Amino acid sequence: MRREPPKTALDYAPLAFPAGMLILFFVVPFATMIAVSFFKRDPAGFYSTAFVFDNYARFISTFFAGVLGFSLMLAIAVAVVCVSLGLPFTYLLARMSRKAQVVWLVALLSILSLSEVIIGFAWSTLFSRTAGITNLLVIIGLMEKPVALMPNFGAVLTGMVYQALPYTVLVLYPALVRLDPTLTEAARTLGASPIKAFFTVVVPALRNTLIATLIMVFIFALGSYLLPQILGRPSHWTLSVLITDQAIYQSNMPFAAAMAVFLVLVTLGMVALTLLIGRKGEAA
Amino acid sequence: MNKVLTRIYFTLIAIFLAAPIVVVAGVSVNEKQSLNFPPQGFSLAWYGAIFTDAGWRSALFASLILALTAAALAVAIALPLAWFLWRRLAPWAQIFQLLGIAPFTLPPVITALGLLTFWATTGFYGQPWTAVISHAIFFVTLPLVTLSLGFSAIDRSLVEAASTMGADDRTIFRTVVLPLIMPYLVSGYAFAFVLSLNEYIVAYMTVGFTMETLPIKIFNALRYGYTPVMASVTVLFVLMAALIFGLVARFGDLPKLLGANAADDK
Repeated sequence: MRREPPKTALDYAPLAFPAGMLILFFVVPFATMIAVSFFKRDPAGFYSTAFVFDNYARFISTFFAGVLGFSLMLAIAVAVVCVSLGLPFTYLLARMSRKAQVVWLVALLSILSLSEVIIGFAWSTLFSRTAGITNLLVIIGLMEKPVALMPNFGAVLTGMVYQALPYTVLVLYPALVRLDPTLTEAARTLGASPIKAFFTVVVPALRNTLIATLIMVFIFALGSYLLPQILGRPSHWTLSVLITDQAIYQSNMPFAAAMAVFLVLVTLGMVALTLLIGRKGEAA
Repeated sequence: MNKVLTRIYFTLIAIFLAAPIVVVAGVSVNEKQSLNFPPQGFSLAWYGAIFTDAGWRSALFASLILALTAAALAVAIALPLAWFLWRRLAPWAQIFQLLGIAPFTLPPVITALGLLTFWATTGFYGQPWTAVISHAIFFVTLPLVTLSLGFSAIDRSLVEAASTMGADDRTIFRTVVLPLIMPYLVSGYAFAFVLSLNEYIVAYMTVGFTMETLPIKIFNALRYGYTPVMASVTVLFVLMAALIFGLVARFGDLPKLLGANAADDK
């Protein structure tokens, strides 16, 4: 059966419900948020209608620029660590038996579905003095007495890598599992070591996949808002944390909306920049 | 790559992934009301508390009801859309597929804030059903992706045959298409259900002050002091997710659902 263009109004019927829902509950809320970002805060209620740039002006201060810089740096660090760990892992996983793959995939999906709250709780337990890893080191005799390993940057980074690693593997998986095995076999026959074959054949063949994965993990990490609060100090708070804080606790919806709009623009900007770099590299 | 090195590498990753869960599981069977690891004594009291303590029980039910209905609504949005895109030649309709994927690709705080401003502006802020719609929109990506994959796997000549025999669109959908995409529909539902169960920020921003889902309850408990019930809830949720994905793998081709080729061409 070939696909035919819709002719009668009835042919469009299946589209009505999904299109209506997506427009009403995604496009309209998104537009509302953009509109609110130009409104004025009303201490009595949520906001009052206006058209001001105050919220954006306030955002371009050194404090918020610092938060934005930290958020971006953290997201980049998470993306780089996850791809460096996840790429060889996924490559090897894709070459295992189907059964072993299924076991790993179920485990990865279960961890991926863990709430950020639960991941934060689990790692704060692991980094704690009373129930943490240092107790294990004491038992082995490597340490005198248990210590707390948080709050600090390392704890935030560990928690976020934990959250993003299963995601990274699942994003890389389709490309790696479909990768033509003859590619590496050819390199091996020509005398390349497995590691050399991996870096000279597999990595270049996956260039675009790798760039796409870096972007996706970057955006995923940019959305983290609870782990920096649970595992870090206020200096480790990201833009997502501040947006939530302004919206819920300071009841300053226009300012929160302005930051969210800015975050969208920065996200899209980073994506565009990465694609641009990717294209340039390809031409060279 | 070297077999021994590979094994060590996989073991290290496995330890990293399992460590938090092992520790939390240990903490959850502590006898005393404190977080100790290795656990002191053994007690399942904190698992019982999930069901006997009114606060935790209502949070558990709130989360279950939210996840069950939101996932159903997400499938109800995704199914006709994926079917339309497969059946009809209307390139402009792809825009709705993009809209379905967008909420999941942006940092979640953005979708959450958009929905918050929307519900606040329309005056429905805090109503439980707004959380259902919000989650359905946020997670519609999952059934949409699995269903699109399922439709693309259908052999069009099968449908052609049914059509030649005189079946109309509705009959074809019911007797040919639906059975073929059922595994994808079920797995799309399962993915949306499990993720909705564990979602925090969208639920918090839409109904956080009127309804406490489990993730919200855990986060609030984290602030006001730890209790081992949090650990037992965590273990319960990990087991539930593993069970659901295990079932998906048992009755469907999980690697294929995640983008690999079908089992027989390997």
